[in-house]
Amino acid sequence: MDILEILLSASFWTAAIRIASPLIFATLGELICERAGILNLGIEGIMVAGAFAGWMAVYSGTGLWMGVAVAMAVGMLFGLVHSLLTVPFGLSQHVVGLGVTLLATSLTYYAYRLALPEVTSPPKIDAFQPFEIPLLSELPLIGPALFSQTPLTYLAFILVGVVTLVLYRTPLGLALRAAGENPSAVAAQGLSVTGIRMGAVIVGSGFMAVGGAFLTMSAFDSFFFEMVNGRGWICIALVVFGAWKPGKALLGAILFAAFDALQIRVQQTPLGADIPYQVFLMTPYILSILALIVMSRRAEVPAALMVPFNKGER
Amino acid sequence: MRLEPVANPSIWRTTLPPAIAIASTVVVASLLAMAAGANPFSVLGLILKGAFGSKFALLETLNRATPLIFTGLSVAVAFRARLWNIGAEAQLYAGALITVVLGTGMLQWGAFALLPALAISSMLAGALVLLVPALLKVRFGVDEVVTTLLFNFIFLLFISMLLEGPLKDPMGMGWPKSERLIAEARLPRIVEGLRLHWGFGLALIAAALVWVIERRTTLGYEMRAVGLNREAAGFAGIPVNRVLIKTALLAGGLAALAGFSEVAGLKGNLTLDLSPGFGYTGIIVAMLALLNPLAVVAAALFVAGIFVGADSMSRAASVPSYLADIMLATALLLMVLAILLTRFRVVRE
Repeated sequence: MDILEILLSASFWTAAIRIASPLIFATLGELICERAGILNLGIEGIMVAGAFAGWMAVYSGTGLWMGVAVAMAVGMLFGLVHSLLTVPFGLSQHVVGLGVTLLATSLTYYAYRLALPEVTSPPKIDAFQPFEIPLLSELPLIGPALFSQTPLTYLAFILVGVVTLVLYRTPLGLALRAAGENPSAVAAQGLSVTGIRMGAVIVGSGFMAVGGAFLTMSAFDSFFFEMVNGRGWICIALVVFGAWKPGKALLGAILFAAFDALQIRVQQTPLGADIPYQVFLMTPYILSILALIVMSRRAEVPAALMVPFNKGER
Repeated sequence: MRLEPVANPSIWRTTLPPAIAIASTVVVASLLAMAAGANPFSVLGLILKGAFGSKFALLETLNRATPLIFTGLSVAVAFRARLWNIGAEAQLYAGALITVVLGTGMLQWGAFALLPALAISSMLAGALVLLVPALLKVRFGVDEVVTTLLFNFIFLLFISMLLEGPLKDPMGMGWPKSERLIAEARLPRIVEGLRLHWGFGLALIAAALVWVIERRTTLGYEMRAVGLNREAAGFAGIPVNRVLIKTALLAGGLAALAGFSEVAGLKGNLTLDLSPGFGYTGIIVAMLALLNPLAVVAAALFVAGIFVGADSMSRAASVPSYLADIMLATALLLMVLAILLTRFRVVRE
């Protein structure tokens, strides 16, 4: 009864879409990398760096959209590091990815301590505010959920469309997908596998950083340590769950966020009061693992994922 | 550009890239220290002094290295077979959990029976924690990187739940911590009066044993074969899945010993901050050691030295101790590149 009431409330779906937004950005970013054949485990750290960079830029006086651009640029920089090591040098994507996560996280924390040496609680910024789309936002249930969000959420949804279009309807997308399936064929066409893969990792990392920036610039209005809290790893699971397709990944992110929003609300019901709160906090991670198990049988993994490509070698 | 294997690498080719990697790491650290408004030479000096400069510092470094040897060995064993276990953190806490469950009075045995029992049960618990992702990988093809990573979060919440529930110390003033171990469950000090416990000795023994297993047993041979080329190993009749499961059990057990040693040797009880990421740092240790079990000891001492030194430096100079993590991440990334360049040359097209 309680749960049904929650599921039919507009505030629940508004929260679900809000929780899904950073995941959508980062999942798209990871998806682009993996579609080109590169697993990017730097995602967690890049999200941390993006969250800090965007927020810090706005705190130092730039506009909100400039903050998003700064976050994206910082993410692309870490993407460059990752792709330089994993693509032309073909180093272990696991090791490099974890190294980039550690580097991005520790550089961020270091920069935070330098920029704000003596604060006990981090300062707030004027974050993105919900923007109600005329007429559409007055629809019942989906109005508040989909059309009364912050501009960054709208951007996330637009990006899903753009990425789908580019991936499936342009020569660039074809080349990118081929780089992840059959890089020799790409090279035989006279295209640079190295260039395509590096570009994919750099752009994808930029999206991840925007996902992180959503947390500090839209969901909340300041930066905390541990605020990304495993979201990056969850996005890697979402890419698998979405079978490496943007549309399905979007559905996965929303589904996942809905469960997350639900567990927060169930905690506050009489039913939830008897269960330790840690059980609720565990559910997102457990759900991710379950999703991986369910999807593993029919996953269409890009054939050349994690396979380095060396021209002239077969 | 293209990579070309070098048949007979010169002495320069094998030593210069790693040396440049380390030098660059020092340069990066110096630049960051300057960004914090400190003198880079004094910062580096303070790190060295804080890590190795006194008997107290050295013992602190050895103590910090102990869990890192265990988690480093765990990662080295797993990565050698290309089992990407990123979950040493969860396995560490599994070992710590069993140690406090059995060691706070449930087993009233003498130390000579109790300590081995605790160590072995810890290993079993850790092995069990990694067995789940390993089975998921072997059975369903679920990528173990993601599952072991997510397990870390799940397991830490599980520990938090127990520490606020059944394991909570009633005398703990409300803090989420377990009761203290009984005296028989504490690892004694190696030398009376010096703050270094037998966990360190156990870590050295473990490193030697892992080396023997890898180099001198059939299992070790199979683990390396599976790591080099899974298909070829299977084709050659090696039971790949069974080897992966055995590797997982060994790796999980080793990481759990870190938890046992921290609780029984150092802390005496279980809290949520038992490990400041020893499981993750184990990955750096193992990579810097090129997955060689004996080199893991040296790498752990180096990494522990940087952490301990940076902590002490941070108290003296106004440079955040996160400098240590940056140095390690930089060293890791540059070192894997340097190792590659000792064996390959870059050819321009």
